[in-house]
Amino acid sequence: MPAGSAVTGVSWGALLVLLPLTGAMVCFLWTRAARILGLSTVIAVCLAVAGLGWQLLQEGVYHHAAGGWGAPLGIELYADGLSLLMLIATAAVALAVSIYSTGYFKRARAIRFWPLWLILLAALNALFLSADIFNLYVTLELVGLAAAALTALGGGAAALRGAMRYLLASLLGSLSYLLGVALLYHSFGSVDIAMLAARMESSPTVWAALGLMSAGLIMKTALYPLHFWLPPAHSSAPAPVSAVLSGLVVKASFYLLLRLWLELFGSVSEGIDNMLGLLGSVAVLWGSVQALRQTRLKLLVAYSTVAQLGYLFLAFPLAASAMTAWNAAAYLVISHALAKAAMFLAAGNLMHFAGHDRIADLDRMVQRLPLTVFAFALAGVSIMGLPPSGGFIGKWLLLEAALTQGRWDLVAVVILGGLLAAGYVFKVLGSAFTQAAVPQRARRVPASMEWPALLLACAAIVLGLVTLPVFSLVTIGDAFGVDEVVP
Amino acid sequence: MNAAVLYALVGVGLYSLGLYALIVHAHLVRKILAINVMGSGVFLVLVALARRGGEAGTDAVPQAMVITGIVVAVSATALALILVVKLAAETGYATLSGNRQE
Repeated sequence: MPAGSAVTGVSWGALLVLLPLTGAMVCFLWTRAARILGLSTVIAVCLAVAGLGWQLLQEGVYHHAAGGWGAPLGIELYADGLSLLMLIATAAVALAVSIYSTGYFKRARAIRFWPLWLILLAALNALFLSADIFNLYVTLELVGLAAAALTALGGGAAALRGAMRYLLASLLGSLSYLLGVALLYHSFGSVDIAMLAARMESSPTVWAALGLMSAGLIMKTALYPLHFWLPPAHSSAPAPVSAVLSGLVVKASFYLLLRLWLELFGSVSEGIDNMLGLLGSVAVLWGSVQALRQTRLKLLVAYSTVAQLGYLFLAFPLAASAMTAWNAAAYLVISHALAKAAMFLAAGNLMHFAGHDRIADLDRMVQRLPLTVFAFALAGVSIMGLPPSGGFIGKWLLLEAALTQGRWDLVAVVILGGLLAAGYVFKVLGSAFTQAAVPQRARRVPASMEWPALLLACAAIVLGLVTLPVFSLVTIGDAFGVDEVVP
Repeated sequence: MNAAVLYALVGVGLYSLGLYALIVHAHLVRKILAINVMGSGVFLVLVALARRGGEAGTDAVPQAMVITGIVVAVSATALALILVVKLAAETGYATLSGNRQE
C-alpha cells in the first residue's frame, strides 16, 4: 500500500512545529507577502494535523525523538488521542482566525501580526506534542510571550496595560511551575512524564511540587480568584487575538494541568480535587454574574470565559469515581474553544461595523449584519449548553457524573451557570434587535470576516452530533486511564 | 545540613523575596526586577539540587535546564521592558494603575 505508508511514514508531529516556525520567520523577513504566506502556512498545518490523525488511527500512539536523541537528554514528541483532539481544535480555530485576519488587519499591523501568530501556533502545537515537563515549561513560556506580544498589538494605553498585566501573571505562573519541575527532578531524577509516573510516590517534596505547579497553571488558566488578568487582556486585544487567547491559550495551560493530574498527581492528591471543584464553582457563578453586569460587549465575552473555565475544574472532584467527568472536561474544552472564538470574532465584526462595543447602543444589528448575529447566537447556544451543541454534551456528562455521585451542590452550579449564561447571551441579542438612540457610523464588514465566525459557531453545534467519533478518538493511547479504573 | 541544601534554601528564599516584591511594588521596572530575582532563585535551586553528592559528580541535565531558563528569562525581560517603555510613552506613568506611586 504505497499511499498508506506514504502518509504514515512522514513525521507529522515534527512538521506541526516546524511549519509554523518556518512560516513565522519567512513572514517576518518577507513582509510584502506576509498575508498570503501566513494563510498558506496555516492551511499546511491543518493538512499536517489531518496526516497525524490518520497516522494515529492506523498505528496508535505517536512517538518521535527529535534529531534522533531519546528521552533522558533529547526532546521527544508524543501524541495520543487527547493531544490529537487539542491539535484538531487548534487547527480549526487557527484556520478560521487566519481567514478572518486577512480581512481584519490592514497592512501596517498585518506584518506584525502574522509572525507572532505563527510563533504562537508553533508553541501551542509543541505544547500539545510534548511529553516531558521541562519541555512543557519552555513551550508554556513561548505561548505566554507570544500571546502577551499579540495582546499589545492593538496599541493604546488599555491594550498595553492589559498586555503588561498578562505578561507578569504569565511569568509568575511559569516560574512557579518551573520550581515544581526542579523539585520533581530532584525527587525522581527525570523530567519525562511516563518515567515520573512510574516512579511517583507520595512525599512532602512531591506535595510542594504539586502545589507550586498547580498554582502556576491555575494562574495561567485564570481560575477564580487568579483570573484578574484575563478580562483586561482579552477585551483590549484585537478581535482575532482575543479569539485565540480565549479559545486556545488558556486551554493550553488547562491541558497541561489535566495531563499532570492524570499521569502524576491524581494518585497523591487528597482533598485538592475538591478545592479545585469549589474554586471552579465560584468561578462559574461569579464570572457569569460579572458578565451579566458588563456594558461592553468584549468585556462581557471575556467574563463569560472566566465562567466557562470554571466548568472545566468541576471535573476534578467528580473524576475520582467517574471517568465520564474527564470526557466531559475534554468536550467542554474543545466546544468552548470553537464557540468562544466564534463569539469573539462576531463581537469583532459588530465593533468593526459600529466602531464601538457598547451593548446598549447596538443598532438593529440583526438586519444589518445577519450572519454575524446568527454566529453569535449559535455560539451562545453552545456556551449556554442547549442541545444539540458541543457545550450541551459536555455539561450533560458533568451533570450525569454529579447526579450519580449525589453531588447536588455541583448539579446546582452547572444548572445555575447555564441559566446565567442564557441571561448574558440574550442581553446582547436583545440589544441587537432594537434600534439605538444614538446615530452611528456603519462600516462594511467583508465576507472574509463574517463567514469564519459563522463556520466556527456551526462547528461548535455540529460537535454535539458527533460524540461517538470524538470519544473513540480520545481513547487512542488511553489518556484517561479508563482501563485502570475498578468499577 | 550540607552545602547543596543550604543553596537550595537560599534559592527558595530568593523566590519568596521576589514574589513579595512583585506583589507590593507598583512600579513596573521593580516588578520586572522582582520576576528576575524569582527566576534566579529557581535557577539556584536547580543547580544546587543537581549535585548528587559523592563520586557521582554533577548532573548535567539541570544545568542545561538553567541555560534554557536563562534564555527564556532574557527574552521575557526584554519583552516586558519594551512594554514598559511603550506604556510610559503612552500614559506618562510606569505603573499599571496609572498613578505615580513609588
